[in-house]
Amino acid sequence: MSLANEKSTKNNTLVEVRNLKQYFPVSYGLFSKKYIKAIDDVSFNIKRGETLGLVGESGCGKTTTGRSILRLYEPTGGRIIYDGVDITKVDMKPYRKKMQIVFQDPYASLDPRMTVGDIIGEPIDINKLAGSKKERTYMILEMLNRVGLNSEHANRYPHEFSGGQRQRIGIARALAVNPEFIVCDEPISALDVSIQAQIVNMFEELQEKMGLTYLFIAHDISVVEHISNRIGVMYLGKLVELADSHELVFHNVHPYTRSLISAVPIPDPASSRKRKRIVLEGDVPSPLNPPSGCRFCTRCPYADERCKTEEPKLTEISNGHYAACHHLDKVQGN
Amino acid sequence: MDNKKKPLSFHLDVSDFLPADEREKQSMVVMRESVSFWKDGFRRLRKNKLAMASLVVIIIIMISAFIVPSFYPYSYEQQIRGSENLGIMEYSDAEIERIKSGEEVFPHILGTDSLGRDLMIRIMVGSKISLLVGIVASAIILVIGSAYGSIAGYFGGKVDMIMMRAVDIIYTVPDILIIILLSVTLKFPLKELADNVKAFAWINTVGIGLISIFVVFSLLYWVGMARIVRGQVLMLKEQEYVVAAKALGASDSRIIKKHLLTNSIGTLIVTTTLQIPSSIFTESFLSFLGLGVSAPMPSLGSLASQAIGGISSYPHRLMAPAIVISLIILSFNLLGDGLRDAFDPRLKN
Amino acid sequence: MRKTLLDIKNLRLSFFTPAGEVKALNDISISMQEGDVLGIVGESGSGKSVTASAIMGLTAYPGKIIGGTIDFNGHRINEMSEKEMRKIRGKEVSMIFQDPMTSLNPVYTIGNQIMEVLKLHTDLNKQQAYERSVELLKLVGINEPEKRLKQYPHELSGGMRQRVMIAIGLACEPKLLIADEPTTALDVTIQAQILELMMELKNKINMSIIMITHDLGIVANMCDKIVVMYAGKVVETGTADEIFYNPKHEYTKGLLRSIPKLDSEKHEKLIPIEGTPVDLLNPPAGCPFAPRCGQCMKICLKRMPEFTELSDTHKSACWMLQKEAFEQKRREEK
Repeated sequence: MSLANEKSTKNNTLVEVRNLKQYFPVSYGLFSKKYIKAIDDVSFNIKRGETLGLVGESGCGKTTTGRSILRLYEPTGGRIIYDGVDITKVDMKPYRKKMQIVFQDPYASLDPRMTVGDIIGEPIDINKLAGSKKERTYMILEMLNRVGLNSEHANRYPHEFSGGQRQRIGIARALAVNPEFIVCDEPISALDVSIQAQIVNMFEELQEKMGLTYLFIAHDISVVEHISNRIGVMYLGKLVELADSHELVFHNVHPYTRSLISAVPIPDPASSRKRKRIVLEGDVPSPLNPPSGCRFCTRCPYADERCKTEEPKLTEISNGHYAACHHLDKVQGN
Repeated sequence: MDNKKKPLSFHLDVSDFLPADEREKQSMVVMRESVSFWKDGFRRLRKNKLAMASLVVIIIIMISAFIVPSFYPYSYEQQIRGSENLGIMEYSDAEIERIKSGEEVFPHILGTDSLGRDLMIRIMVGSKISLLVGIVASAIILVIGSAYGSIAGYFGGKVDMIMMRAVDIIYTVPDILIIILLSVTLKFPLKELADNVKAFAWINTVGIGLISIFVVFSLLYWVGMARIVRGQVLMLKEQEYVVAAKALGASDSRIIKKHLLTNSIGTLIVTTTLQIPSSIFTESFLSFLGLGVSAPMPSLGSLASQAIGGISSYPHRLMAPAIVISLIILSFNLLGDGLRDAFDPRLKN
Repeated sequence: MRKTLLDIKNLRLSFFTPAGEVKALNDISISMQEGDVLGIVGESGSGKSVTASAIMGLTAYPGKIIGGTIDFNGHRINEMSEKEMRKIRGKEVSMIFQDPMTSLNPVYTIGNQIMEVLKLHTDLNKQQAYERSVELLKLVGINEPEKRLKQYPHELSGGMRQRVMIAIGLACEPKLLIADEPTTALDVTIQAQILELMMELKNKINMSIIMITHDLGIVANMCDKIVVMYAGKVVETGTADEIFYNPKHEYTKGLLRSIPKLDSEKHEKLIPIEGTPVDLLNPPAGCPFAPRCGQCMKICLKRMPEFTELSDTHKSACWMLQKEAFEQKRREEK
C-alpha cells in the first residue's frame, strides 16, 4: 500500500506531507535555468504526540523539508495538510501559533540586539497573547522557568550566554505561543556533547508535559534514534526508508540506510572492533544533477540497469515499515 | 588494580573531603557583568582620544552657536552706525566716547563688517545655521534613505531592481543645476505663500535659497544612504533570527523595523554622522555662491563670500568663517570615524 | 620498548586578551610513543586545539606559552625559533584541520598546494614532485589524480578536500600527524571513509596520529590511548578499554552516561552533566569540573586535584581517588 494513498485519520494524524516538491532555481546565463531539486516528491505523516526523526546527509533535503512544512519556503509542488486542513496556500498567520521551529545555530537564531525577555516576548506580542504588560511579564517568566532559566536572565543579551543556554532561549521562544507541533531543525548539533543530553532530555520532558508533536531533524543518528518513535531516511531529496526507530536501526532494508547506520561510530571499543562496516564508495552526487532512476544507484552495491532507469517507489514491506528499492529481497537476504 | 598511593601533604584537612553543598558550588559560577551593545561601543569610543577631542570641539561650537547668541550683546542683523569696518578688538570713535563716559562696551572680538555688524555674533549665528542645515538635512536623508533602502533590500527581486535603477538615475542628475533651477522657479510661488499666508512667514526669514536646498536634499541626496542601508539589509535578512521572526508570524514591517534596522543602527549612526559635514559643506558652498541663505541671515559660506572683497585689508573676515567651517567638518568626520570603529560589529571578538 | 615521540610536561599556555588572561592550558602533561594513535577528547574550551597548535608552534597571538616544555622527536619545541620550526613543520609533524575549505587556498590548484610542501622540504625537481603528487593522491584514494591536480578546491567535494589535506599532510611522510576534528564537518558516511583511510595510511607508512575530537565514538574505534581534557586540564588518561569500561573521573563518567548509544537494545534515559562549561577568564580555584560534579567535595572547590595513578597507563586527577587511597591506607594501618 503506497503511503500517499493512505487515508489520514483526522484524529490521529497531525501533519501530512503529500508529494512535496521544493525546487530552487539556479540560473546559468540568460536562457538556461537549472533547478536544485532539494525535495522531490516526498510523502509522509506525523501522528499526534509522536516524534518523527528525519535523517540524512548533506543535500538530502531534510532541513528544507522542515522549513517547507512551516511554509518558510513556499513549496514548488505537493500539499501540506495540518490537522486535516490543507495549508499549502493559505495565510499562515493563525498557524504560526500551532506550528513552531527551533533552529540549529543558537548563535545566529537570536537577535543580538534584543534582550532575552524581548526575544521570548516577541511571539507573545505578535500574536497578542497577553492582555496586559503584567501578563506578558508573567508569561515570559513562565517560559524561562520551563526551560530551566530564571528571571535574572530576562534582561541580558544573547551573547552573554553559553550555547546550551541560548538554545534553551530559542526553545522558550518557540513554546511561548503554546504550539502543538515543533520542527526541531538540528537543535543540538552545534552544542557541546555534555550539554546535548540536557537539551535532549528537556525536549522529551516538554513533549510529555505539553503533549507536543516533533519533527526531529538531525544528522546524528544516535540521538535521533534515542528521541524518535519513527525515523525517515532521506537521500538526495527522496525518502528512501521509513520505519519505527528500533526497526530502522536493527532491521533496515535499504542499502543506503544500511551503510549509514554502519558508518556511525559507536562509543564502545569492543563493539567497534567487532563491527562489520559497510563503507560506501564515492561522494554524494550534486542535487543539481541527480542520477536518473534511483538516486542512490551510483553508490549502491546492488545497482543494476533497472535501478539506473526506473525510480523505485516507497512501498510498505511490513507493518509501518516503508522502503524504496528494487532489490529489497536481495538486501533482506543479507 | 594497583593503587599507587601518593603521599598526602600536610595541608589536607579530613573535613575537606565532605561533600560540598549547592551554595558553595554556585558561588564558583559567577555570571559576568551585563554589557549591552551601547555600553560596549561607548567604552571603545572613550578610548579613542581623537574622537573624544572632536566631540568636545563639536560641543563647544554648538554651545557658541545655540546658547551664546542669546546672551550676546550684539545681534546678527544689528547695524551700528559709525562702527563700520572695525578691525579685531577695535573700537569705533563713538564707542571710545562711550567707554570714556564710563559705559561698558563689549568689544568686537572679530571686528565688524562694512555695514557695522559685529562679525563674532554673525559667525556664531552662521554656525548655527550651518549646523541646523547639516543636522536637518541629514535627518531627512536618514529617514528617506533608510526607508527606501530597507524596502528595496528586504523585498528583493523585481521590487529591488526597479527601486535601485531609480536610484541609479537620480545619481546621474546634476545637483547644482537642480538647486539653481529650483531656487529660481520656487522663488515666486514661495514668496506669494510667505506674504499672503501668515503661517508661512518664516519662509522669508529662512530664505528661499535655503528651502530649495532642503527640497533638493530630500529629492536627491538620500540615495547614498539608501544604497548603504540596502546593503546592510541584504546581509542581515539572511540571518537566522530573521527566519525565526518569520516563523513566529512577524509581519514584514515588524521585521524591517525591529530586526533589520535595529541591527543596522551602528551603520546608520555612522553614516549620518559622516553625512552632516557633507551637508554643511554643500550648504556653505551654495551660500558662498549666493544660492543659500538670504541676507541679512548669515551663513558661514555667505560670510566667506562677503569677505572676498576686502581680503587684503581685512583677511580675518575670510579666515574666521573658513576656519570654523573646517573645524566643524573635521570634527564631525573624526567623530564619525571613531563611531564606526567603536560600533563596527566585525571588530568585536 | 618503543621510543617516546612526544612528551609534553606541565605545559601552561594563556591568551592575554583585552578582557583579561584566558588560561587555555593550565599545567598539562601528555606523552605518546611511536606508533600510537592518541585521542584527545574534550569540548569547547577544553584546550585540545590549543594543544595541537602548541605542538606545531602555531600558537596564535595573543597566546603565549608561559611554562612547561614540549619535546617532540628530539626537538624542544617551545624553545625553537620560527625558522627552525618551519623546517620540521610538514616534514616531521603535520596537521590537518577541521574545515578543508578554509585550510586550502582557494586561488591555487590542488597540484600547486601539494607541490609547495614538497618544494619546501625535499629536493625533488618539478617533474619528480609532480609524480610524487600523483602518487599521493592515489594513496589517499582519489581517482583520476592527474585531473584533480589541475582543479581548484571549490571544484571538489568536502570529502575529497579532506583527502587532499591528508595528502598534503603526508607528503613528506611525517612521524606524527595531528588531526584536529578532521571529520566534524563531513557527512557520517564520508567520515567513515576518511577514518578508515587514516588507519590504512598509518599502517602503510608507520606514522603516529593524534586525533582531536569531541566524538567519543571516533576515539573508541581508532585510538589506543585517550586523553580527556576539560577547561585546560587533563582530567584522565588511559587506554581505550580503561576509559570506556573503567572510567575514573566524574567528567569522563558523565560524558559516557550522557551520550546515546546506537546499539543499546532498550531506551535508556540520558543522564546529562548539569551546569555550563567553565568561563576560562574566571576559572574556579580548585578542580575546574567541581561546580558541575555530582560528587563534589569541599576540597574540590579549593584545591586542584593531583593525579592518582591507577595503572601504568591509567591515571585520573580527582580528589575522590585520593580520598579512597587515603581511606585504604588508614584501613591498612589499623
